[in-house]
Amino acid sequence: MTRQDAGPRTGPGRAPDRRRDRTARGRQRSAYPYVLYLPAAIVYVVIFAVPTVMAFYFALTRWTLFDSEFVGLQNFRDFFAEQNLRIGFTNTLIYAVVTSGLKVVLGLLLGVLLTSRLRLRGFLRSVVFFPVLVSTVAVGFTFTALLRPDTGLVNRALALVGVDGPDWLGDATTALLSVAIVDVWKGVGIATVIYIAGILSIPQEYYQAVAVDGGGAWHRFRHVTMPLSWPATYSVIILSFIGGLRSFDLIWTMTRGGPGFTSDTIASIIYKQYQAGFFGLSTAGNVILFVVVTAIVVPLNWFLGRRQATP
Amino acid sequence: MKTSHRMLAAALAVATTTALTSCGSGSEPAADGTTMLSFLVDNSPASLDTAKALTDAFMQANPDITIETETRPGGSEGDNIVKTRLSTGDMSDVFWYNSGSLLQALNPAQTLVDLTGDPVLANVQEDFLTVVSQGGKAYGVPAGSAMGGGILYNRKVYEQLGLQPPKTWAEFMANNDKIKAAGIAPVIATFRETWTSQLFVLGDFYNVQAAAPTFAQDYTANKAKFATTPAARAGFEHLAEVHAKGHLNEGFGSATVDQGMKLLVEGKGAHYPMLSAQLPPMVSETPQAATDIGFFGIPGTDAAKRGATIWEPGALYIPKNTENLEAAKKFLAFVATPAAADAITKVVQPAGPYRIKGATLPDDAIQAAKDLQAYIDDGATAPALEFLSPVKGPSLEQITVAVGSGLTPPAEAAAQYDQDVEKQARQLGLAGW
Repeated sequence: MTRQDAGPRTGPGRAPDRRRDRTARGRQRSAYPYVLYLPAAIVYVVIFAVPTVMAFYFALTRWTLFDSEFVGLQNFRDFFAEQNLRIGFTNTLIYAVVTSGLKVVLGLLLGVLLTSRLRLRGFLRSVVFFPVLVSTVAVGFTFTALLRPDTGLVNRALALVGVDGPDWLGDATTALLSVAIVDVWKGVGIATVIYIAGILSIPQEYYQAVAVDGGGAWHRFRHVTMPLSWPATYSVIILSFIGGLRSFDLIWTMTRGGPGFTSDTIASIIYKQYQAGFFGLSTAGNVILFVVVTAIVVPLNWFLGRRQATP
Repeated sequence: MKTSHRMLAAALAVATTTALTSCGSGSEPAADGTTMLSFLVDNSPASLDTAKALTDAFMQANPDITIETETRPGGSEGDNIVKTRLSTGDMSDVFWYNSGSLLQALNPAQTLVDLTGDPVLANVQEDFLTVVSQGGKAYGVPAGSAMGGGILYNRKVYEQLGLQPPKTWAEFMANNDKIKAAGIAPVIATFRETWTSQLFVLGDFYNVQAAAPTFAQDYTANKAKFATTPAARAGFEHLAEVHAKGHLNEGFGSATVDQGMKLLVEGKGAHYPMLSAQLPPMVSETPQAATDIGFFGIPGTDAAKRGATIWEPGALYIPKNTENLEAAKKFLAFVATPAAADAITKVVQPAGPYRIKGATLPDDAIQAAKDLQAYIDDGATAPALEFLSPVKGPSLEQITVAVGSGLTPPAEAAAQYDQDVEKQARQLGLAGW
């Protein structure tokens, strides 16, 4: 026997062909016949690939749904000339940074709290996670009512302690931040769960070592929990940052980008073009958003992939 | 390069809606010889009541035709539903939609049945036809009454403080000072619903036209601008002034129309720049809305030239894809009769005059409608700009919220709006932009 065995079978599919080892290896990679991929491929092509390619064409047209006329790059010029675009980009960034930052800080603290020996630990974990399960639109409407200047619960509560609360969503200085904080309320559950998993995976030996060296709770947190839950932090930042970049539903239900243009994000600007019936222009906006997101996500993906490859 | 995508769109529609349409769209005549008509209206209470009054009265007179009413959301969401259904050939047999610039965006020559010269239009007032026409062809009959866009004011408050309806902007501001001193919010603003912020600008068009009679044509032809026409810019300035003087109600940034109307009817606010059509639905709950609330046009600079801006009613249209053209025309012909107007009046108080020959306001019409009728009798009205020009920028409501909240100075806002309009005109493919 000069040939080596192909090794144990690791996946489903045909047994490795023992007679022609080298040439068969390429075929072995596909565990299933290609025809099984067909339904998924059709769905993908019809619902994703075709519209994507069509979008690149319609972005170059003046399109009213009734007919379309090729106008070259005019839509892109118009979209970049959109007066609130700069506000939109800044707001999108502010929103992404504020929400992901707060989710990291609060998620880490809640994660530490909910992995400690608490009597109501299981209950509290459910409570923290609960807002994640509620529909975003419902959250938006509820908080819009709670944040009303005269009758809202928030300002009533503030009035009890003698604070005259502002018109949270109707005031340009507080609108975006109010929405961001509601977003954090809704999303911090996910961050907490990721942190709980991250903290629980830290080997107990490190904590024992701190105890042996006479370190207190702060030492355990600062020198063990925080650095060793870095992978969790990483996931939380990436997830909530991308979530913040494409934020739309909460902003739309709570402020519609207002007052004026002060809480517009890129997604809400694109949606408004669509609403106005400028289908070509809004498609151009989506193409730009696609390019921007790709430009951020592809390097990020590459970076993350490299980190994972090196142990 | 001009391509028609109707074939493609139709194919897509067939593919995606086979399941839905196979349940029966009601277009085939039933066994007993009755015809089914589908009728699409927006879901505002006033429209639904009006539609019900019209269909009930029509079906009583024509037992062989049954009308089924479908609803759609209002606003731009509704616009897109109407456009999508028209472009896919899936529109109901009759539908209710805005007249004026929004109709122009439906591409009527391609999608709607031309009613020019048809007996259906015999009872429609001549000047209404212009707002349902494109390229000299008329497409619709008026549904409901016209309305005034100006200031709704609480007459009880005026009585208590001994005020007179203002004839000029300066008088209006003087009244506001007195109202404020009495502890009542002089001007109600409800910027949570952004469209309501536009009234100071759009409702000022009578004054714009009085100062610059050719503004509408020049504006459509890209020759006149809001920023460079002082009379047109005044609307933005008024909005800024009211905010700067602190005349707005508390929490105006997150108030809704319902809250605003309530403030006005209860006398907690004195003026509300608004469309008079907001009043009739209030009457059943708060009867004093019919008598206590009056209407005046947004005052300009010259007391001798005062007048009011009017919004024309929406209209009923027949899409080209209908299979029940005869029955649909019969329904439209009925809608354009004084009998139909009476049927509506029984259910919904008119917010202004009807656009049908021979249809008059009832004696017990709401005060605001009577006030508006007085302007019409004086010949002192102008249709809003959106009925004279297809050009209307989609961001006006955000811009006016920004001005009314003191975020953008009025001159800058007018320039922003001109830019917004330019984008819209290019997207519509208008000549000269």
